Amino acid sequence: MFTYTIRRLIYAVPTLIAISFIIFSILELSPGDPMAQVPLTVPAEERAKIAEAMGLNEPFIVRYGLWLRQFFINEPLNLIEQWTGWTIGDGERLRVRSWITRAPVTDLIAERLPQTLWVVGLAYLFGVMIAVPIGVISAYRQYSWFDQLGTLFSMVGFSVPTFLTGTLFILIFSVWLGWFPDSYDTTLVVRDWPSFLAQVRQMIMPVTVLALFNAAQISRFMRASMLENLNQDYVRTARAKGLRERAVVLVHVLRNSMIPVVTVIALGVPQIFAGAIITEQIFRVNGLGALLIVGIEGADYPLVQTLTFIFAVLIVLFNLIADILYGILDPRIRYD
Amino acid sequence: MAEPAAATAPAGALLRIEGLTKHFPVVAGLLRRQVGVISAVDGLSFEIMRGETLGLVGESGCGKSTAGRTILRLYEPTAGRVLFEGTDITALSGEALRRMRPRMQMIFQDPQACLNPRMTVGSIIAEPLDEQARMSAAEKRARVQELLEAVGLNPAFANRYPHEFSGGQRQRIGIARAIALNPAFIVCDEPIAALDVSIQAQVVNLLEDLQERFGLTYLFISHDLSMVRHIADRVAVMYLGKAVELGPREAIYRAPLHPYTRALLSAVPIPDPKVERTRSRIILKGDVPSPANPPTGCRFRTRCPIAERRCAEEVPAWRAMGGGRWVACHLAG
Repeated sequence: MFTYTIRRLIYAVPTLIAISFIIFSILELSPGDPMAQVPLTVPAEERAKIAEAMGLNEPFIVRYGLWLRQFFINEPLNLIEQWTGWTIGDGERLRVRSWITRAPVTDLIAERLPQTLWVVGLAYLFGVMIAVPIGVISAYRQYSWFDQLGTLFSMVGFSVPTFLTGTLFILIFSVWLGWFPDSYDTTLVVRDWPSFLAQVRQMIMPVTVLALFNAAQISRFMRASMLENLNQDYVRTARAKGLRERAVVLVHVLRNSMIPVVTVIALGVPQIFAGAIITEQIFRVNGLGALLIVGIEGADYPLVQTLTFIFAVLIVLFNLIADILYGILDPRIRYD
Repeated sequence: MAEPAAATAPAGALLRIEGLTKHFPVVAGLLRRQVGVISAVDGLSFEIMRGETLGLVGESGCGKSTAGRTILRLYEPTAGRVLFEGTDITALSGEALRRMRPRMQMIFQDPQACLNPRMTVGSIIAEPLDEQARMSAAEKRARVQELLEAVGLNPAFANRYPHEFSGGQRQRIGIARAIALNPAFIVCDEPIAALDVSIQAQVVNLLEDLQERFGLTYLFISHDLSMVRHIADRVAVMYLGKAVELGPREAIYRAPLHPYTRALLSAVPIPDPKVERTRSRIILKGDVPSPANPPTGCRFRTRCPIAERRCAEEVPAWRAMGGGRWVACHLAG
């Protein structure tokens, strides 16, 4: 298992370099103009200087090489310096900077990440916690009213997009009923009980909308996987052994059914970081998704490039984690 | 093992099955309304004697496996009673039924599917010990090793997973699991059908050895007539959910009473080329009717070479013919 993991990690390097090149090329081909933000009153020679300072006059391949160096060498060194307090070299390195805000991209990401993790991460966690019991009970009582309701629930969750449910929730629960605030206040600091309650209140709606969406998919996987196992002979064996029905379902059926579901859950984790872009926009959650939208609108290529690439890294990483989990959970699968 | 004196079952009978019936509902349409039933098992009545092997034979889909599972109450019977040592197990529920489980076990056809792929062999065999018998970890380990040895496997295999074994070895694990709690009665549901011929003999011999050592009673479900002749003391023949004939092995194989049994036995090849060349087979015409819509009267009449008008009108009674033989045919005797 260990050598398998190392081998997969080594394979991931060329994959990720290819991905970064593709992202860079796509951004190069995109019609956006980074200079469009500069006011027209700025004289032409000044504009040329600004473009030069941003490195826009260099050929494509040189700019790509520079980004690679900044992202893979300068930024990690910088991180090490921050954590340890050492100074490596002269401590002066060119960082990946956002063209709009002029701030280093990693700082922007570090600023936005907590909001996304709290809202989207919690939504995923709740989604899984709702989905697993629904899937288990739906399968165990197949075609019962509970199962029909669960099927309806997941069909709605699948087919109604989050921008519709989100807007409906805002309309019903904040405009009409006034229970929750209609937008998420990022500046809120939790320091006492009332501010904690305010934080909970503003998180309820975005978390619910996303949790329903996630639960819809995972509960279907859970149900299908349970149904597949419920009629196996080993379940009959377990009953014949005289086990309690709860032990039959929870120990024998559920554990075997969790194998594919756990991998599906692991594969979905990168989506948390990618931020539910649309949901963040609707509820004004100032997270990574919102940051990416700002970057795209302003043709802020270093920001978009870096963010997209980090998402790609997470996807490759969680694919590997899913495969390893599969190997751990299913004794029939042996790597190496 | 001290057995409680059976109240309703006569001496010698371990199990008494009375009118056992299992119908599966057929549902269709938008609202999944029940539109009919598949009568998989219909009015089965017989006894299984203590220490004997009762062979249950019939074509695929005739309800043999369903009968075996319903007798153990792995399926809920639609009607009928199963008296196990005088206790009606169809009337038990919950905890009372669970306490009966160790006394009656099952060996399955597919030795791969019946073992939980995520549990080691040791934990598969030890699991019923956890539930039903209070044992220390060391006692359990010793018991698992003893059981593995009893079925001819290396006790060191306890830490391996089912997929690491061959089909025959897996079936031995299934048997070790079944005898772990010292059952009195085991339903063997085609235990050798999924195995190579060379392995089949080993497994059957193992079953016979264990029967002798532990005084087991078997219901041996099979479509392999030669194997049933080898292992069974008495044979029951099923057709389309109903028992058509029951009797001592030699009597049935020598002089079958029911036309279906005659046809079935005539299909068994004889391992002697001279005899085999002259063997006359009774070829049944047509297919087995659907159990969702069985023929009126005798269920076999549509394919019976000697059927009369009466067969379509009257359901033949399950008649005792003397010498421990039973048959359900108007024309027999």
